[in-house]
Amino acid sequence: MTEPTLFELSSPGRRGVRFPEPDVPKSALPEGFVRKDLPLPELAEVDVVRHFVRLSQKNYAVDYGLYPLGSCTMKYNPKINEDAARLPGFALAHPLQPIDTVQGSLALMYELQELLKEITGMGAVSLQPAAGAHGELTGVLIIRAYHQSRGDTKRTKILIPDSAHGTNPASSAMSGYEVVQLPSDKRGNVDLEALKAACDETVAGLMLTNPNTLGLFEENVLEVTRVVHEAGGLVYGDGANLNALLGIARPGDMGFDILHLNLHKTFSTPHGGGGPGSGPVAVTETLAEFLPGPIVTILEEGSEEVPPLYGFKMPNRSIGRVKAFHGHFGMMVRAYTYILMHGAEGLRKVAEHAVLNANYLLARLRHVYHIPYDRICKHEFVAEGIWDDAPGVHALDIAKRLIDYDFHPPTNYFPLIVREALMIEPTETESKQTLDKFADALIKIAEEAHTQPELLKSAPHHTPVGRLDEVKAAKELVLCCWFPEKESQAA
Amino acid sequence: MNIPSDLKYTTTDEWVKVEGNTAIVGVTDYAQSQLSDIVFFEFQVEIGDEVKKGGVIATLESVKAAADVNAPVSGKVIARNESLTEKFELVNSDPYGEAWMLKIEMSNPQELDTLMDATAYQKYCEEREH
Amino acid sequence: MFLPHTDSERSEMLKTIGVSSIDELFKDVPEKVRYPALNLPPALTEMEAAAQLQQMAMANETTQDLACFLGAGAYNHYIPAAVDHILRRNEFYTAYTPYQPEVSQGTLQAIFEYQSLMCALTGMEVSNASHYDGATATAEAGIMAYHNFRGKRTRFILSPGVHPQYRQVFRTYMSGYENLEIVGDEANNDPMNYLERLEALIDGNTALVVVQYPDFFGQIHDFAPLAEKVHQAGGLFAVVINPIALGLLKPPGEFGADIVVGDGQPLGIPLSFGGPYLGIFTTRKEYVRRIAGRLVGETVDVQGRRGYVLTLTAREQHIRREKATSNICTNQGLMALAATVYLALVGKEGLRQVAELCYHKAHYAAQRIAEIPGYRVLNTKPFFHEFVVQCPKPVAEINEYLLDYGILGGYDLGQDYPTLSNHMLIAVTEMNSREEIETLVEYLKEFAHD
Repeated sequence: MTEPTLFELSSPGRRGVRFPEPDVPKSALPEGFVRKDLPLPELAEVDVVRHFVRLSQKNYAVDYGLYPLGSCTMKYNPKINEDAARLPGFALAHPLQPIDTVQGSLALMYELQELLKEITGMGAVSLQPAAGAHGELTGVLIIRAYHQSRGDTKRTKILIPDSAHGTNPASSAMSGYEVVQLPSDKRGNVDLEALKAACDETVAGLMLTNPNTLGLFEENVLEVTRVVHEAGGLVYGDGANLNALLGIARPGDMGFDILHLNLHKTFSTPHGGGGPGSGPVAVTETLAEFLPGPIVTILEEGSEEVPPLYGFKMPNRSIGRVKAFHGHFGMMVRAYTYILMHGAEGLRKVAEHAVLNANYLLARLRHVYHIPYDRICKHEFVAEGIWDDAPGVHALDIAKRLIDYDFHPPTNYFPLIVREALMIEPTETESKQTLDKFADALIKIAEEAHTQPELLKSAPHHTPVGRLDEVKAAKELVLCCWFPEKESQAA
Repeated sequence: MNIPSDLKYTTTDEWVKVEGNTAIVGVTDYAQSQLSDIVFFEFQVEIGDEVKKGGVIATLESVKAAADVNAPVSGKVIARNESLTEKFELVNSDPYGEAWMLKIEMSNPQELDTLMDATAYQKYCEEREH
Repeated sequence: MFLPHTDSERSEMLKTIGVSSIDELFKDVPEKVRYPALNLPPALTEMEAAAQLQQMAMANETTQDLACFLGAGAYNHYIPAAVDHILRRNEFYTAYTPYQPEVSQGTLQAIFEYQSLMCALTGMEVSNASHYDGATATAEAGIMAYHNFRGKRTRFILSPGVHPQYRQVFRTYMSGYENLEIVGDEANNDPMNYLERLEALIDGNTALVVVQYPDFFGQIHDFAPLAEKVHQAGGLFAVVINPIALGLLKPPGEFGADIVVGDGQPLGIPLSFGGPYLGIFTTRKEYVRRIAGRLVGETVDVQGRRGYVLTLTAREQHIRREKATSNICTNQGLMALAATVYLALVGKEGLRQVAELCYHKAHYAAQRIAEIPGYRVLNTKPFFHEFVVQCPKPVAEINEYLLDYGILGGYDLGQDYPTLSNHMLIAVTEMNSREEIETLVEYLKEFAHD
C-alpha cells in the first residue's frame, strides 16, 4: 500500500499539539519581517503516529533480522543503551552550562576517552567528530598540521590502497592532498613493492583500513607502517573494521599514528537509518596537541573523598573545531554503557565471535560463490555475485532475491576491486541458526540463478514496492513534495 | 559495438574527428554502454579555455557511475554542444553524431599520433571485456 | 549477553571452518602485537551498568532542575511525547542508510518528507537529507561555494553575527584549500552592527557571504539589500537560520538566499549536552548537484507504484572518491526523523504559536531587565528570542549567583567578542514561565545591589 505523504494527509484546522496562551503581555510583531504563509501540514496526533508507524513497517532493521551489510557492522543495539542516553541528567543538559553543573557528563566523556585509548593503544582521543568520514577529515587535517608544524611543506600526497572506502580519498582531497592509489597484492594485502616505490619525501601519509574492506587482516602491517614512517609519513587507520580487532590487536601497537573509531559500528550505537554516528579520533601522544577541541581533561585531581573536577581544554596547536559543542554526546553514553558491560574479556569475545561467524559463513558458501581472495577472513568477506555459466545474473539480482528470503542483502558493488562484489559481515550477535538459514538461502539462490534466473531478475516479490526506476528519479529530480511556486499560484 | 573507422580513439574512451586543424570530441559507444543511462552531463571548460591533453573537459553521470571526459588533444575550446546539458540522453542514443561535445583548435596536432585507430581501439575494448 | 553462541555450536562452527580453535582464526595477526592485556574495568551486568549510569546522570544539574535562560545555538523547547515514541520504533533506529530501497521505504519516505518540510520552512527548492549539525552545514556551504566557482573565487565573508563556533568549524573545514581569505568577523568595537562593513567587503572575488537570521545576538536584519549586493558581484549568499524563528519570520528564500543552513535541534531534539543534533541544508534547484550529502527522490517501481530512492549518488564519495566534493557518508537520519515528526505534530499553527511564545516572552523579559538599574539591553533592532544585556559585573559571577537560586543564566559573550565582556546573551523560549522571568529579574536586581 502506498502511504500518503504528510502533506497529502493534511486537513486544514487539524492540530497535533496545543501550546498554552502567553502568560506575558504580547509585544508587537516585527513589522515587515512576518511571513505570510507557513505551508506546513495540519494533522492530529493520531494521524501522525499512524503515519510513522506505517512507514516504520516498510523498513528492514537489525531488530527484525540479519542485516549483513559489509563494513557497516550492523550488530544488535542493546536496549539499555537507549535508556541510558535518555536519562534526564544526560538528555536535558545544555552544552554550554557551567562545568560544575555537568560533572556527570564530563566524567563520562573523560572515562570514555580513557577507555578508547586503552582499547586502541593510542595516546589521546577527541570525541568531537560526528561520524567516520568526519573523523577521517579530522585525521587528515592533523597529518597536514603535523607536517606544517615541522616546516615540512613538500609533502603533498596521501597513499590509499585500492580497496579503501571512498571516504578515504574524498577526505584527503578535502584536506588539499593529492591521492595516490596503491594496488593490492594477490593475497589482498597492500602491495609492499608498490608501497616502497611510492614512499618518498612527498608522502604525507598512508590511510589504511585493517582489516581491509576484503575482510582480510593486513599481514604485513608492521612492515607497512615501518616503511611509511621511514619515509617521514604518518599512518592513518580507518577504524571502520575495528570490531574484528577488539582485544586481539591494538592499532597503536601496530604503528598507527591516527585512528578514527565508529561508535555506531564497533560500540553498538544504533545506525538510526543513516545516522547519527560518532567518529572519535585517537592519536599518538606526539600528535595530541593537534586534536580538535576542546577535549575533556581533569582540571583538579580528586582524592578518595572528592571526585576530580573535569573541564575542557583546547590542545595547544589544535586544528580547530570540527563541530559545534562537544560531539554526539548521546552516542557517547551508549558506547560507554556498552564498554562497561563488556570489559576486556567481553570485548575480545566480541571480536572472536564476529570473526568466527564470518569464517563460518565463508566456509558454508565458498563452494557455491567464488571468493577472489580466499583465506581466513576477519569480520567479513567478499564473494563474487556472478557465475560464468549463469549469464545475465548479477550481484544486484542476488541481493534483491535475498529479500524474498527475508534477509537484508549484503553490501554490493564494493569494494571496487572485486567484480560484482557481495560484501558480507554477519557480526557477532547472530546465532548459528540464523547464519545457517542465510547460507541456505544464498545456496538456494545460486541454484536458482542457474535454473530460474527470472526469479532473481524480478525480485524482490513481496516488498511494499518492487525495483525502483532510479534513472527516472535522477532525471526528473522530484526531491520535495512542496514547491515555492505552489504557494505563489495559490496566492 | 559501433566503432567508426574514420575516427581516432583514446584509452579513456573518447573519440576524435579531425577536420583541418579542428578536433571534434565525444565519448565512444563503448563508454556510453558501460555507463548505461546517462542522467547528467556538465561541461568543465568554457569556450576560449586552453585545454591540455588528458585534462578534464566534461563529466557524465549515470545512476551508478560518474566519468570524466578528458581532452584527447591540447588546444583551445572553440565550440561546445550546448544541447547536451539538456538532452544528455543523446550520449546514449547517438554518441558519434548528435552527442559531439567540444571542438578544439589543436595547438599540437602531432598528439593525434598517440591515439588509437579503430582497429586498435576495437582490440582494446575486447581485451577489457575479459 | 549479546552473543547467542552455545559451546556445542561453537565447536560445530569451528569444525565446518576446518580449524580446531578460535585462536587459529587470528594467526595472521603478528604474534608480538596479538592479544594485548587490556586494562579495563571488570564487566558489569545490565543492572549494575544501569545504576552506574544513573548515578553519573544524577551528578548533572540540568534544564529539568534549573530555569534555563541559556541558548547560544542550543535551545530548550518542549518536545511532544509522540516524537520519542516514533524515534524508539526499532524499525527506524536499528536500520541503516537506505541502500536497498525496497526494504527501506519507511526511512526513504520520512527523509523525503523531511526534505519537503525543510523546503517549505526555508522557502527554498531543494533540501538534502541533512548534515551533522548547523556548524558543519555552514562549513559545507563554504565548500559548495568554493566548488561552484571551481576554486576561482577565493574570498569568503563571514558575518560576526554568525555563531562563533560555526565560524571556527568553517575555518577548520576550509583549511585544506590554499590561498583562501575568510574575512568579515574580525574583532570590532561594534560587533552587533556589521551590515555596512560586510557590504564593503564584497568584491568580484567573493564566493560566499554568510549571515545569520536571527543572528547570534538575536537580531533580525533585513538582508535583502545585502543579498542583492552579493548577487551583483556574482557571489553566493548563505543564511544560517533558527527553524523555530521561521515559524514567524519571512523565510530566507524570499530575500535572496542561495543556501540556507541551520541547526534543527529546536525541532524536537533533546539538548543532550550538545548532540546529536541536525544540520539543515537547503538551496535553489540550480545548485542541486553541488549539494553534499544524501538526497532522496521520488520515482516509481516496476509496477508504476510511487516509491523513493537515494538519488544523484554518482556525485558522492563512494563513486567519485577523491573527485567527490565532500566526504560525507551518513546523514543524521534519526534526528531528521525527529524534526519531521515534530513539525508534523505542531503543524502550521503550532510552529507559529511556539515562535510567537518565544518572541513575546523574550520581549517581556528584555523589557523587565532593561528596567533594572545597572543593566542595559543592547538590542535596538527587532529581535526574536535572544537579546544582549550589558551587566554591571562579569557574567561568570552573575551566573554563579543565579545558579544558587536555580537559574541557568545566559551566555557570556566576552568569550567570543572582546568588546562584549560583561555582556550576557539571554534566551527565552516557550518553556520559560512568567514566574521564571520575574525570578530572573529579581535576582539580577539583587545581585546588582550586592
